Amino acid sequence: MSGLALVLHQFRYDQKAFRRNPASLFFTVAFPVILLLIFATVFGGQTVDVHGGIKTTAYYVPAIITLSVISSTMQSLAMSLVIAREDGRLKRGRGTPMPPWVFIAGRIGNSIVVALMMLALIAVIGRLLYGVAIPWSQLPAILITLVIGAAAFCCLGIALTAAIPSQDAAAPIVNALLLPLYFLSGVFIPDDQLPNGVVHFADAFPIRHFFEAFFNAYIPAAGSPGIEWGSLGIVAAWGVVGLLLAVRFFRWTPRGG
Amino acid sequence: MAETVISIRGLRKSYGDSEAVRGIDLEVEAGEVFAFLGPNGAGKTTTVEILEGYRGRSGGEVTVLGEDPERAGREWRERIGIVLQSCRLDPYLTVRESLGLYAGYYRAPRPIDEVIELVGLGEKADDRASSLSGGQQRRLDVGMALIGDPELLFLDEPTTGFDPSARRQAWDVIAGLRDLGKTVFLTTHYMDEAQRLADRVTIIAAGEIVARGTPEDLGDRESLPTRIAYRLDGKELSIETTTPVQALHELTGRALDQGLEIENLEATRPNLEDIYLSLTAEAAE
Repeated sequence: MSGLALVLHQFRYDQKAFRRNPASLFFTVAFPVILLLIFATVFGGQTVDVHGGIKTTAYYVPAIITLSVISSTMQSLAMSLVIAREDGRLKRGRGTPMPPWVFIAGRIGNSIVVALMMLALIAVIGRLLYGVAIPWSQLPAILITLVIGAAAFCCLGIALTAAIPSQDAAAPIVNALLLPLYFLSGVFIPDDQLPNGVVHFADAFPIRHFFEAFFNAYIPAAGSPGIEWGSLGIVAAWGVVGLLLAVRFFRWTPRGG
Repeated sequence: MAETVISIRGLRKSYGDSEAVRGIDLEVEAGEVFAFLGPNGAGKTTTVEILEGYRGRSGGEVTVLGEDPERAGREWRERIGIVLQSCRLDPYLTVRESLGLYAGYYRAPRPIDEVIELVGLGEKADDRASSLSGGQQRRLDVGMALIGDPELLFLDEPTTGFDPSARRQAWDVIAGLRDLGKTVFLTTHYMDEAQRLADRVTIIAAGEIVARGTPEDLGDRESLPTRIAYRLDGKELSIETTTPVQALHELTGRALDQGLEIENLEATRPNLEDIYLSLTAEAAE
């Protein structure tokens, strides 16, 4: 098989395993939907002071898509790669003629496809339940932003595996990193409610920048094209750092072997 | 003369100050089942992982299928199959899917159904790996190593921790590999496994080779003393002798002369387990 055919082959099996894994289905698919329902129920009917005032539900749709993209890429990759590594499955794969990059490319492909499915799912739920219009005219900006963000968070997730020593440590480490940043970056709490200092702090990390870029792609300010190259550039730079760390520190073998 | 598949000369491997492999030599020929036997920590896995290309070495020469495993590439990997000492399967894929995934990695894989039959998982073909017993998972491991139709298979402690029936089934699968004409490099710490499966056995202890031979002549069994044990006047006595016929003749002759009854008379040759234990115990001291 050629390189591309091999990647597609790997991707097909990764999709199968993903769809059958209850933990990944819950955390990647069900959990964001549940969060959207909770936030819309608790804070619905209010307005957020963005672009001259929008409904909270309109705010939460791109916010939860942002979370979904990060959880289907960084979170899901970091956890599943650590599990496969400690199981010895990555090591076994290295013993075959398959080039290692094919394995990683298949996983990244799987993550990006799941992120796109979550975009569609959350957008449709937002439209049906809360009347949040699907911004069809913004689709190019949305897709460009999503794919750049997804790729960057994939690299960060792969890099993060090097800091996770065992299967048991995977979920606590990933959640300890991501959950506070969702709060501080305005994903869970509208950013007009957050003190300035908090938002400045969150600016030091990529989630805030990706959220800003995605939010503006989904609900652009009047006269804005929707692609926030500044924020996206910062996200991409984080991705490149992640990639370099991943190339340097990624391990294929379990601890002690 | 059969073709040499694996050749090791003066292989050494150190981890920090400790030397796990201390200058070993060995050769494996095409079509044989070669058992590399030794207790835990003897250097078996280190050696096999050097042969598989997973680890570098500190010294010596290693050739596997004509190439240095440290530098060998995809073409070489097409020709080998590896069963790691501990490796789980993807729990969400079935037996057939696990094999299908790996079949895609090779240029000319064996047909999947044929491999399923070879490892005796016909009735489990569409069950997920997570529902298989330990022995069945191990046979699927062997199937995944076989799917690329390799010339050479590495099996690192394939039956450790198995119950007797699972071991027997795994042994049948491994014995079947010889019939396929595969060369098999097997590591084990079970003497009976080596005895049952291997054409040749090499014993490693504390990083050095302490014995080599066929399972029959291993450890120079012919020249080791026979132990004659008996009870006389309520006392347990024993003699070790290299001339058991003469010793027995003298013993029984004396008993007849003096009208004594010898009880529990027993003459035993050292079995392979005894030889193995004495060889590895010497090296550990």
